[in-house]
Amino acid sequence: MNSLPLLSLIVFAPWAGAVVLAFVGRHVGANANRTITLVSSLSTLVLAGVALASFDPSAIGYQFTERHAWINTLNVNYHLGLDGLSLLLVLLTGIISPLCLLASWRVGRCPRAFGMLFLLLQGAALGVFLALDFFHWFVFWELSLVPAFFLIKIWGGPGASRAAYQFVIYTLAGGACMLLGFAALYVATGTLNFTELAQMAAAGELAPKLATLGTFWPQVVFVGVLLGLAVKVPLFPFHTWLPPAYAEAPTGVSMFLTGVMSKMGVYGFLRILWPLFPEPLHAAAPCLLWLALGGVVLGAFAAMKQTDLKRMVAYSSINHLSYCLLALFAVAGASKPDAAAAALSGTLLQMFNHGLSAAALFACVGIIEARSGGPRGLNDFGGLRTVTPLFAGFCGIAMFSSLGLPGLNGFVGEFLIFRGVFGLAPWAAGVACLGLLATALFLLTFWQRVFHGPVAAGVAAFRDLDRVEFLTLLPLVILMFLLGVLPQIVIALFNPLVTAWAANLP
Amino acid sequence: MSTPYGELLIALRPEICLVGGALAVLAVDLPKNSRSAQTRLHLSVALGLLALAAAYAWGLNAGVPGPLFGGVLSLDMLGQATRAGVLGLAVLTLGITAGTSRLRHPAELVAMILLATAGFTLMAVAQQLLLAFLALESASLSLYVLAGFDKTRPESAEAGLKYFLFGGVSAAFLLFGFSLIYGLTGSIELPVISTQLALTGPSPLLVVALVMILVGFGYKAAAAPFHLWAPDVYEGAPASSAALIASASKLAGLALFVRLLWPGFGAASGSLAGAAGWLPVVVMISAASILLGNFAALAQRNVRRLLAYSAIAHAGALLIGVIAAGLIGPGALYYYALTYGLATVGAFGVIAVVERSGRCQDITDLAGLRARSPLLAGCLFVFVLSLAGIPPLAGFVGKFVVFTGALQMDGISSSAGWLAVLAIAMSAVALYYYLIILKQALVVPAKDTTPIKVPAPAALALLSAAALIVLFGLWPSLLLGLFQ
Amino acid sequence: MNLLPWTIYVSFAGSFLALVAGARSAAAARWTALATAVAATTLTFLAARDFVPGSSLQTLVNVPWIAGLGVNYHLAVDGISLTLLVLTGLAATAGILFSWNIEERPGEFFALFLALIGGVYGVFLSADVFVLFVFYEIAIVPKYFLIAIWGSTNREYGAMKLVLYSFAGSSLVLAGMIWAYAAGGATGFGLAQLAEAAVHLPFPEQVAVFALLFTGFATLAGMFPLHTWAPTGHVAAPTAASMLLAGVVMKLGAYGCLRVAMPLFPDAFLYCQPVIAWLAVVGIVYAGCIALVQEDFKFVIGYSSVSHMGFVLLGLAAATPLALAGAVLQMFSHGVIAGLLFAVVGRMVYERTHTRRLADLKAMPLHRLLPFAAVIFVVAGLASLGLPGFSGFPAELSILIGTWQENPLWAVVAALGIIVAGAFTLRVIQVSFFGTTNLAAIAAAGNHPLPPITRAEKAGALLLIAATLYVGLKPDVLLDWIVPALQSPVFQAVMKGGNP
Repeated sequence: MNSLPLLSLIVFAPWAGAVVLAFVGRHVGANANRTITLVSSLSTLVLAGVALASFDPSAIGYQFTERHAWINTLNVNYHLGLDGLSLLLVLLTGIISPLCLLASWRVGRCPRAFGMLFLLLQGAALGVFLALDFFHWFVFWELSLVPAFFLIKIWGGPGASRAAYQFVIYTLAGGACMLLGFAALYVATGTLNFTELAQMAAAGELAPKLATLGTFWPQVVFVGVLLGLAVKVPLFPFHTWLPPAYAEAPTGVSMFLTGVMSKMGVYGFLRILWPLFPEPLHAAAPCLLWLALGGVVLGAFAAMKQTDLKRMVAYSSINHLSYCLLALFAVAGASKPDAAAAALSGTLLQMFNHGLSAAALFACVGIIEARSGGPRGLNDFGGLRTVTPLFAGFCGIAMFSSLGLPGLNGFVGEFLIFRGVFGLAPWAAGVACLGLLATALFLLTFWQRVFHGPVAAGVAAFRDLDRVEFLTLLPLVILMFLLGVLPQIVIALFNPLVTAWAANLP
Repeated sequence: MSTPYGELLIALRPEICLVGGALAVLAVDLPKNSRSAQTRLHLSVALGLLALAAAYAWGLNAGVPGPLFGGVLSLDMLGQATRAGVLGLAVLTLGITAGTSRLRHPAELVAMILLATAGFTLMAVAQQLLLAFLALESASLSLYVLAGFDKTRPESAEAGLKYFLFGGVSAAFLLFGFSLIYGLTGSIELPVISTQLALTGPSPLLVVALVMILVGFGYKAAAAPFHLWAPDVYEGAPASSAALIASASKLAGLALFVRLLWPGFGAASGSLAGAAGWLPVVVMISAASILLGNFAALAQRNVRRLLAYSAIAHAGALLIGVIAAGLIGPGALYYYALTYGLATVGAFGVIAVVERSGRCQDITDLAGLRARSPLLAGCLFVFVLSLAGIPPLAGFVGKFVVFTGALQMDGISSSAGWLAVLAIAMSAVALYYYLIILKQALVVPAKDTTPIKVPAPAALALLSAAALIVLFGLWPSLLLGLFQ
Repeated sequence: MNLLPWTIYVSFAGSFLALVAGARSAAAARWTALATAVAATTLTFLAARDFVPGSSLQTLVNVPWIAGLGVNYHLAVDGISLTLLVLTGLAATAGILFSWNIEERPGEFFALFLALIGGVYGVFLSADVFVLFVFYEIAIVPKYFLIAIWGSTNREYGAMKLVLYSFAGSSLVLAGMIWAYAAGGATGFGLAQLAEAAVHLPFPEQVAVFALLFTGFATLAGMFPLHTWAPTGHVAAPTAASMLLAGVVMKLGAYGCLRVAMPLFPDAFLYCQPVIAWLAVVGIVYAGCIALVQEDFKFVIGYSSVSHMGFVLLGLAAATPLALAGAVLQMFSHGVIAGLLFAVVGRMVYERTHTRRLADLKAMPLHRLLPFAAVIFVVAGLASLGLPGFSGFPAELSILIGTWQENPLWAVVAALGIIVAGAFTLRVIQVSFFGTTNLAAIAAAGNHPLPPITRAEKAGALLLIAATLYVGLKPDVLLDWIVPALQSPVFQAVMKGGNP
């Protein structure tokens, strides 16, 4: 039992930074504000490193737990805990967030407010990954929407208002469904704690308790929770909010949205939906599998059709995130431990890797946008490779990582997913290959149109990466190579956990 | 040992004081040309107040409570309380009179008020049909004169004449009814009448007699459909006369009415379920008054006519008190009538004072009263809200005890119960027009911002009335406890 | 504990003093009023510190008043009343802070305001139905004048409509009260005595009397379809009055339902329960949809108040322990939040921009012109839509759980209401404060600032935000009072014995 509440520190350190900005920021210059924000954001990485040092991957179960009584009337406890999955995502957040801030370094409009909102968002996301009781988990889940709304709306592009509004309404609606579902769960079980509920489900007690609600209400509960999470990931067909939101958001925010916030949804599936509702998930798996496939295939094909680079990357995010869900649903649908272990490993790895590569891609598109002063169409550029070779190199690496080229990090995750899904639902793997194909097509088109060919008119004057942009992309690129060659570094964190999950399949 | 006549004189001490006072006022005013109008007014009022004080101090608690003089008078609690109430209301009226515009005949006015009060105090204790009629008529005659007192306005003469004609006709009805009762029971004393009626069953002649008596009293109480005189009289009479008509005459009239009906004609009451008797008729009259009074008041633009229609509505509610007195006694009715009287005297008093500075007929003439005289506005606030029945003022408690009594009689499904519910429902309607008055007085800015100076006697009278309304509202037991 | 009745007397005394002080100067009037409100709030907090939560009403004063009717001046308190007393104190103090700059007839304004507060304190402390009714009606008249004299849009019509509806509602209560007393042969008007008498009534009569009482109280609570007075009245009222009306006075109605109507006739209540619950959920969704299409800023808030009161009524209707606790918590939460919302709209925005039309506000970069107001409004709006972290969330969660226990379908429709609330709140935040994206206008706005938010307004806003945050993060501070109170036999009879 640690004397230091490490997890609470992780969650609240960014918020403390926001408070500092609130009081101090008005009196110092813009660069000082940005620095304070960056430092507060880095605190996550530092503290996560501390956690990593003391983390024991072979211990299944939660470490560094903190549990205090909070609201007795609703049987709510303040409960934080860390296992391999959470640690992975906390590390991801810790890496991505400072990079998002670096990518936003040039944002001129009110950097203090930007920093405060971003830190609020970061803290909320960390809270989602660490909370183990529905009450404050939901607090963080919904709270993350508020800074995201304002960040998109105020610093975003021309259609930002509408995009932000749609994004928040969708997520709120999903949240309301989830709230209802958990209210019913409380009625049936008397607790809102994820660990207790998971234990009940594992012991086979949860389903009978739910059955006391009535004949079809348990399904309603499942669907409610599913909807809340599905909107966030997003799962086709609840994805329509994503392209406008990602496209209109400023670069740094898009990076965070795709890198971290989308993972909140997948995390929710793994932490909440699957442990609590294994049988309904099993029953719904075929249908959900098709939806995930829809996301995979249609996301990729839609990306192919885009002429706006940012939207293209947004759709590709849908595609990549749907792979995670594909694997999960395949695991829920069938039950072969080996394949399941592979699929689950792939999901977790893909979460991490996609976070890196998608963030990198958005950063690159942001750089292009900054250079051109606005336009970011597919056909507006050409021959950037000769004008900005370093940038072309980095961007290329990001693209190929997203594509899944062996040697880069994206490959391992995708390979594991396909291997697992092929073992569990071969037909799905086959259809998903179409997605791979389409992904390759649009990424290569991107590469070819933007970086190759004759140098376009406005492109010649582009400068290559400056220091800040270089610092933004370099860590990502290094990690992409590192994890491509030595994925064990990350897999070691969650391998025992995944093995345990696979072994406990019904 | 006191002879019956000795007893009578002791019991009638209030009346003696008042009549003596009236004569004294007239006498003192004989050398009228040597004094200014103000002095004459103040002198008359002072003498009048003296007479009232003497009547109260010396006259009440006089004699042995109970039937007197062979059952002609009854000095029970209701009688004593009504006498006290009437005297108090007369005092307030005199206070307002001292504040009215210049009068050419102040002594006559005060004398008429005293004589009317004497009639009221006699009405309060009458237990014999003849005495009742006598008292009623002597009071009414004085009131006719009072209504027509303002010779500078034709409306006043019209009011007096209308009041007289209506009054005369209703007196005729009353007398005829009384004589029929005498014929049926062979006595004019209420206790004997009540035992006789218990013996004889209902008969068509009894029905006729009761109806006629009800007509007479209905007119007196300004209940629909005998209310037609009220709007014109309230509008035309000088404000202080209207104050007395609206307050003390109602109190005394209802006291007499309830004494007559419940102990007297109780046996012929019939029942709320509709058996033949006067109860169903009173129920109908009450319902008609409540409905007509409230709905007609909504359309009024003249503040005095509005008060008249509200008086009709209140008459309906007071009649519920009469009905309920069969079960819970006259205490509730007394409380309601007295506090209603206080509020009405106050309201008319405010109008009287405003009239010193210009006409006060339209509701909009009250505009901006707050700026012109905060005292008047504040007092009007209390009076109107008491009329509306807003706690913690006395008007609310009065309505409450009356309605509770009515519901206790036979449950909600009885006609008394329905009446109470109707009255409660209509009180929401009533609030609308009361708020209209207050809106003019307190919200709307003044058309004419000259301040209104309130003469001291009037101010004293208005403040006392307001204070009493608040006092009785917060401690209803002061009055209700008298009857327990 | 015996400090609590003094909140009533202090308020009325302060009302009179403010009237007198107003004749000297506006400053004297407002400081008198503030001192009174703070004094009453302090008394409440002191009493709360010593309060031992229990299941029965703790009597504070019990003296005979009208012996003939069996009426006692009986004041008592339990956890539920205490919660609402705290709310009244906070709302009153904040309301006075937000009225700091009233220049027209300030003495009378504060006198009427404090008289209203005194009446409200009285209602929450009464344990005798007659006394409760008296205080309830005392609160009616100041409402009329506050709106008619100092109000804005359509004030005379709004004032009259509001007061007449309130009075009509209270007339229904009066009728029901007297009926129960008379027909049941009660010995007095105390809650216990009336309850004892109520069981003597035959069941159809019980249902009728319950319907009268509940409808009367529910009118004041803004239950659909008797809610139309609320948006009109609240929009017409001046800021402080709107804060108080939507924040506290509407709760009088819900409190009356909970304290009087339901415990006196538990069987009749259970009989009428489906009707009440459906009207409540319809109100939640309907009012929310109407709020979504309003073009006047204040009307959005007015309709959102009706929608939130629908949650309270739903909690009352569901009548499981969690639902009732959630209903009382929501009363507190919405009281504070509605106060904040009206304060921003009325005081901060309208006073300065002189327009409430969303189309006009959209063109102004208000977040730049009034940054403090923008932040407060965003926080208040988020609290209003039940964002976790603020007091609305535990309240709505409890109501949802409690309602699900009774009938899941109601909870589903209520959740739909939450979504609608999210939509209209976001819309109004977006359009009003962040409407324009015209960067040039935003930059230009820096040169024409509106009058800054005064210190008094900041103090009021922060007070309310602190309250909603504190209760949102630590709802047990109130639930520890409320839940034991709900365990009294009176309320147990109302609940069908649902799971805790």
